[in-house]
Amino acid sequence: MSDIAIKVEGLGKRYRIGANQQAYKTLREKLTQTAATPFRAFQSLAGRNGHRSANGHKSKAEMIWALKDVSFEIKRGEVVGIIGRNGAGKSTLLKILSRITDPTEGYADITGRIASLLEVGTGFQPELTGRENIYLNGSILGMKHAEIRRKFDEIVAFAEVEKFIDTPVKHYSSGMYVRLAFGVAAHLDPEIMLVDEVLAVGDVDFQKKCVNSMQSVSDSGRTVLLVSHNLALIESLCQRAVLLDQGEVSSAGPTAEVIAEYLSRSQFCESENLTDHPRNEARSSAWFSRIQILNRQGESSREFRAGEEMAVKLGVAVQSPILQPWIGIRLRTPADQLICHIANREAGYQLPPISSASEIECQISSLNLLPGRYIVDLVLADMLNRDYDKISGAAYFDVRESDVLQSGMPMNQAYGLVFFPSKWKLVDVSERLG
Amino acid sequence: MNSQLALHKSSREVPTLRIAPSKGWVPLKLDELWEYRELLYFLVWRDIKVRYKQTALGATWAVIQPFLTMVVFSLFFGHLAKMPSDGIPYPIFSFAALVPWTFFANGLSQSSNSLVGSSNLITKVYFPRLIVPLASSFSGVVDFLIAFGVLIVMMLYYGLLPTFNALWLPLFLLLAMVTSLGVGLWLSALNVEYRDVRYVVPFITQFWLFATPIAYPSSLLHEPWRTIYGLNPMVGVVEGFRWALLGTKTAPGPIIGVSAAAAIVILITGAFYFRRMEKTFADIV
Repeated sequence: MSDIAIKVEGLGKRYRIGANQQAYKTLREKLTQTAATPFRAFQSLAGRNGHRSANGHKSKAEMIWALKDVSFEIKRGEVVGIIGRNGAGKSTLLKILSRITDPTEGYADITGRIASLLEVGTGFQPELTGRENIYLNGSILGMKHAEIRRKFDEIVAFAEVEKFIDTPVKHYSSGMYVRLAFGVAAHLDPEIMLVDEVLAVGDVDFQKKCVNSMQSVSDSGRTVLLVSHNLALIESLCQRAVLLDQGEVSSAGPTAEVIAEYLSRSQFCESENLTDHPRNEARSSAWFSRIQILNRQGESSREFRAGEEMAVKLGVAVQSPILQPWIGIRLRTPADQLICHIANREAGYQLPPISSASEIECQISSLNLLPGRYIVDLVLADMLNRDYDKISGAAYFDVRESDVLQSGMPMNQAYGLVFFPSKWKLVDVSERLG
Repeated sequence: MNSQLALHKSSREVPTLRIAPSKGWVPLKLDELWEYRELLYFLVWRDIKVRYKQTALGATWAVIQPFLTMVVFSLFFGHLAKMPSDGIPYPIFSFAALVPWTFFANGLSQSSNSLVGSSNLITKVYFPRLIVPLASSFSGVVDFLIAFGVLIVMMLYYGLLPTFNALWLPLFLLLAMVTSLGVGLWLSALNVEYRDVRYVVPFITQFWLFATPIAYPSSLLHEPWRTIYGLNPMVGVVEGFRWALLGTKTAPGPIIGVSAAAAIVILITGAFYFRRMEKTFADIV
């Protein structure tokens, strides 16, 4: 039991969002409310009620759960990565564990001195010198005066700002600023460290320095919780990882497994309807409305065998005619490795102009893909050089092992990504030579 | 082997902290404030340093405010309106009150916006949030000492020497600090949720200035009104200050008691209100 540094149980955090949420309320309104309905006004002043709108009715403000029912345990000395898409709740989790904000439900037990690095250079004052800011920032991060004094020279050496240590920080270049800020943070000496994306800044050399210091922290037996989008970093530093998806723990375990789960999850759309699928650019006058992947029997499927037939049916909606349609299907792996483009013009097929909602079918006679998961991206364009729609992650499908070449030795994913039928024969050369 | 390990572990038993939703009234946790005293020192030091580095006038600003007010008061109240001043030359009478008053008023305006002004810290680092308005109140001490120096010079100019009661001065300064902190806690906590509070503060300060016996003596009031007047804690501060330094005819007595009680009530209720609302700060600030 004393082995566990952080124990999180059923943690939840709820925020109020929506049109009814007034950014800041004014005391003036509060006072007029108090005059009208004194009791209710006093209750909400003491923070007891939810917020009521001006007319006194409890506003149906939308509540979102940034975190819901999050539970996990971290042993002393473990280095654990927290990964997930933007908005999954990673920073909220760190904020709660750093005691910056209160949870709405659940609890977390923390054993050991904790230091949080949610931002580099917190509290840095531009008017003060580097020396003064080291003391200030160190103190803000939780270091005692004596400790800062002891480590002062190391910090300055790490940041490489010896010459400028007595100049006001507002004269520093952004690189120096960040190095100094990280220098202080790197010399924190807590038992547990919570780090949030702070390694995303700085140039290549600096990044290397940061990674090294993170490595030495993890080597020294401290417990670390690291939030990052840099999956390579997470893989190299963390033994375990936790995947958050929309506020809930969707996976936890050895890093490699969790990362694989994350990559394959976040890449594609589950449904066939593409009209509302998020895109990078604004809607133009033509777009994909639907995708269906069909097997040989004409049924919608996500599983195929290597070498099987496949058909892709695409629904297209247009507001103005596309005269020379150019449609591309792009296949890639979850780790974003491009495999091929399949497009109508390159395949030698010219499609007639599309002037109303239509369906386009593409038939692939033999899927020469080895087993694995594949992501489908789509491009809709006009040969007259106009792009209409681009969807990343429109669909996915899995390829299963099969002995399509009927050799008794089917190939698996270790063989690569694609396969080709081949013919082999032996030519006896010795007769000719002799 | 196992028992050795167990021994090693138990000698390094670290307390476990539980983070859970807080409901209702939250304890003040003064021991934690003591733990973070170095941070308090640094924040005060930072406030003072930054304030003096930025303004060209620097230290003189600490004196100009009360001094000019005293000049205007002396002209209009003292000279033209012939306001009684408890047997002391009017300029000294009002300046001796303006010095602690300025400390209070500045502390008030600084601390009422302190939380919002420190939002970059509050959303990124943990420390007891009480430290923020506390630091604002303390950082006015330097200004106070400078203005106080000028007051002593003025007294010598008028040929007045401090009485032995001057030993009570630190107590009245403490009372001013307690009041400024108490009101500051209420205002800073309210300001996070109701952003127009900071615009109300100058008005409150202005009104309070005239509700305090700075330009006039509290002896204008008869008992028991004079003692009830002490419910305004600054009455106790100002009259006490004047009495301790200059020895006014009418010693304050019961007023100080009433003022001290009022100040303490404001401070304690302010602290509890602040702690109760603290959990929302990082989310709304």
